[in-house]
Amino acid sequence: MKNRSLSFWLFLTPVILGLGIVVVIPFIYGFFYSFTDWNGITANNFIGFENYINLFQEDEFMNSIWFTIKFAVVTVLLLNVFGLGLALLVTRNMKTNNLMRTIFFMPNLIGGLILGFIWQFIFVSVFGDVAGITGIEGLNGWLSTTNTGFWGLVILTAWQMAGYIMIIYIAYLENVPKELIEASKIDGANAMQRFKNVIFPLVAPAFTVSMFLTLSMSFKIYDQNLSLTNGGPFNSTQMVAMEIVRTAFSDNQMAYAQSKAVIFFLIVAVIALTQVYYNKKREVDV
Amino acid sequence: MAKDNEKRNTRLLEIFGILLALLWLSPFYLMIVNAFKTKRGIFEGVLGFPSAFTFENFVNAFIELEFLKSLFNSVLITGLSILIIILFSSMAGYALARNKSKLSGVIFFIFVAAMLIPFQSVMIPLVALFGQAQMLNAAGLIFMYLGFGCSLSIFLYHGAMTGISQSLDEAAIIDGANRFQTFWHIIFPLLKPISVTVAILNTIWIWNDYLLPSLVLSEANATIPLKMFYFFGQYTKQWHLALAGLTIAIIPVIIGYFFAQKQIIDGVSEGAVK
Repeated sequence: MKNRSLSFWLFLTPVILGLGIVVVIPFIYGFFYSFTDWNGITANNFIGFENYINLFQEDEFMNSIWFTIKFAVVTVLLLNVFGLGLALLVTRNMKTNNLMRTIFFMPNLIGGLILGFIWQFIFVSVFGDVAGITGIEGLNGWLSTTNTGFWGLVILTAWQMAGYIMIIYIAYLENVPKELIEASKIDGANAMQRFKNVIFPLVAPAFTVSMFLTLSMSFKIYDQNLSLTNGGPFNSTQMVAMEIVRTAFSDNQMAYAQSKAVIFFLIVAVIALTQVYYNKKREVDV
Repeated sequence: MAKDNEKRNTRLLEIFGILLALLWLSPFYLMIVNAFKTKRGIFEGVLGFPSAFTFENFVNAFIELEFLKSLFNSVLITGLSILIIILFSSMAGYALARNKSKLSGVIFFIFVAAMLIPFQSVMIPLVALFGQAQMLNAAGLIFMYLGFGCSLSIFLYHGAMTGISQSLDEAAIIDGANRFQTFWHIIFPLLKPISVTVAILNTIWIWNDYLLPSLVLSEANATIPLKMFYFFGQYTKQWHLALAGLTIAIIPVIIGYFFAQKQIIDGVSEGAVK
């Protein structure tokens, strides 16, 4: 197909319109609007960096960024440990392999909103009941403090997405040649050595994929945040995505919210690009 | 001896795995048993089976959720979105893979790069734009899903095209078929496995999406997640009803997973690894 050919462009028109109208144009508009006093309908004045100066001085926004970063770091670590652990478990020669995969993966198919409501019940009512039976004080009052809200979100996300990361690691583990494992066994390597020296280097590319995915997933979380803690208590468990939505649609500060959205984009993009660059480099070194 | 040891270890691991799987399922267990209890029953204890099963919660939740209507809305919106994503992304993937020019490469790059943009970064102008065009409705939402879903889909189709020999198209063109006939009768059927993957990956997020429909749809056209949000807001602290509603909302997903678990897991694996 040639550039000039009509069919080339006809084949591309629907998706160019789709991406253009839905993503590219709003993205560019949004960037310009973030330097104005846009109210969602008209922008009267160009105000330079005022929105950006304000947002860095706003406690609520900066808190949401720190909270999100803390959440992302902990979640990425846990997800990769769980994901790899589950993958190693279900790639053993066992009869119940497939059933386990099915079960561990299941929470991924259900929306974060619904799962957040279910876990709200667990953290509040079930934990409360268990505390009453066992006398463990620490199980009382979950989601009513910043700390328990944080761990609630971490547990929910780890439970929901570990199965997804497991699937990624399985795909790479199943590509490790059986002969290599056998050879290392004959050479007398124990399970730990086998993992470190044979399996780990071969599944290194899986880290690129899953670190990238988990990091961007945990940065963009909204539904779970909304249904589990709704940002409370006192907005202390509010993540960036939710902060932006509220600034825009509850406080109606469209231009200001958009400047936060631009910062959000920069953070996500920088993380993603660094991650890809760093991992590509390491893969070559190995 | 070493073999016996290994066998025993595997056996122990399997038991550990089964226990872990049960733990993984426990939130669903807690949801379901408590959905069968009365308000009083939940107050008495949440861990055990109900002393008397009641179906009333399910009946009430089903009516309150207007479940058949929400289900219809969800199926319609997800279904139509998937159809146009598959059709238009496969066409684009084909055109971009068969045109080796620099321009084609640039267009492909733009689609891939767009995946970096998080939804929240375009959400506000997007809703304003569609609001001004009077397009904050189901049709507008489906078009938005094409915009958000096409990048990954084109990427997957583009990758799959490398496995399909160009001599197939050339033969069809020589036989007098035009480009679209060639695509539709020769290429598209060969892309079927990747179409299944594209359908699965997009269904998972579109079916469960809450934020975008909450900004676009009115309550009368609510999808299941949207309706669930309103419903939950109304019945906070009435867990017996809320849990019955959540159980009902999950049932379509579980049925789908039951029938297509292999395709779903393979599809997700393929989508993530590429």
